[in-house]
Amino acid sequence: MKKQVPLLITFLVGSFMVVEYFITAPGIGALREGLYNSAVAIMALTMFLGTLNLVEINIPIIVRRRADWPYKIVLLGSLFATIGAGAWGAIAAHTTGGNVIASEDTGPLKYSYDYFYLPLAGTMFALLAFYIASAAFRAFRARSTEAALLLIAGTLVMLGRVPIGAQISEKLPLVSDWVMQVPNLAGKRAVLIGAALGAISTGLRVILGLERSYLGGD
Amino acid sequence: MDASETFGFHTDRLSVLLFIAVFFGLVAWFLWRTRRGAQFYIRRIPGIDAIEDALGRATEMGRPVLYVPGVEEMYDIQTIASVLILGPVAERIARYGADLIVSCMIPFVMTVSQEVVKQSYSNAGRPEAFKQDNIRYISYEQFAFAAGTNGIMMRERPATNFFFGRFYAESLMLAETGLQTGAVQIAATAEISQLPFFIVTCDFTLLGEELFAASAYLSKEPKLLSTLKAADWTKVAVIGLILIGVVTHTIWADADPFFNWFTVK
Repeated sequence: MKKQVPLLITFLVGSFMVVEYFITAPGIGALREGLYNSAVAIMALTMFLGTLNLVEINIPIIVRRRADWPYKIVLLGSLFATIGAGAWGAIAAHTTGGNVIASEDTGPLKYSYDYFYLPLAGTMFALLAFYIASAAFRAFRARSTEAALLLIAGTLVMLGRVPIGAQISEKLPLVSDWVMQVPNLAGKRAVLIGAALGAISTGLRVILGLERSYLGGD
Repeated sequence: MDASETFGFHTDRLSVLLFIAVFFGLVAWFLWRTRRGAQFYIRRIPGIDAIEDALGRATEMGRPVLYVPGVEEMYDIQTIASVLILGPVAERIARYGADLIVSCMIPFVMTVSQEVVKQSYSNAGRPEAFKQDNIRYISYEQFAFAAGTNGIMMRERPATNFFFGRFYAESLMLAETGLQTGAVQIAATAEISQLPFFIVTCDFTLLGEELFAASAYLSKEPKLLSTLKAADWTKVAVIGLILIGVVTHTIWADADPFFNWFTVK
């Protein structure tokens, strides 16, 4: 029973979503919207579980003074400060009769987002440049025929996309475009078709109840 | 009354229905053959074969295994495929007695992962070894999640990292940090733009469809393997259709009835 009920729900909901793609009928749109909205509501509820998970994991580390415990104080402090900032903005807007949603554009939450979160996210994103340089260095070491081909193709594409490439030869941008639009695109489409079939196969396995590993197998 | 509120059929989607029917028919055919005892050849996928060795390495080193189920919501098919792989992987980890850390960006995925890992430990006969605290929600924000997961790699030094699911710009940050810690890394994604990053930083990378085949391949169950066989034969049919389409489109160009029939409006 513990496994049959989830399998039945998966089959009914999965089959409905496939069938409603092909047919129209009275009430079918409302039912689809209802299912989508239920999924959104469940997802929103799990945000609370996520927050609880953060608190459950980090509070014991602070209390027992385990490794890196000061960082956990910063983490939880930031978490509650952000929740507080959002709540403060909403309450302030509500008491003054303003628009609670609009308060997100001017309140303390917006301030913390603009002056704390965005610079930190920007810093992380900027690190990508160094990661790409390091990865490219490894990828372009011509230690085998395939790596040598990659190096040649990569060099041609890069040269064809910068002004100096056209200065060296007018044909370099054309070669670069050809590499991207013919062999590269063919490879991408092959992976894409395979992945799409794999996705359909996985969906079918789950809907038909053939795949039960998420329920702990047979 | 709105047209969508009357009984009807989207005739412009007939090609999709035909495609699904053919695929479904092939699955049914191969399932029937499986029941009659047929054995199918499935090509080896080195990346999946390497999972066992990577887990053994982590056990011998006494270090944890890190599993990242992508950064998308639970309804994403790649996340579903990742969670399906997490089950058998967690069961093997439980049998070996190693620690498993699952780092999640989506709270819903964390909740599902907790249940899947808990069930896997129970299947392995070691429910007491399951540590709920090791299935962690990090952050809903992409780069905060990347920073948090990188922190786990640097502090807890997992011997093996699995990146299975849909990834975006954080893929290289995660895999490059894992490389610096000396972990064995196996990645699987159908996100084409991230595949090159995984290929240069991971020991093994499962490309596109291999992510979806992994759970069936790991289970070795004939009925699941039969769906892989059906997908392979559908691919043969798609190749045939592409060749026919090339010929008809060369002859008729925009008035090509074959091409137009397959275009979903």
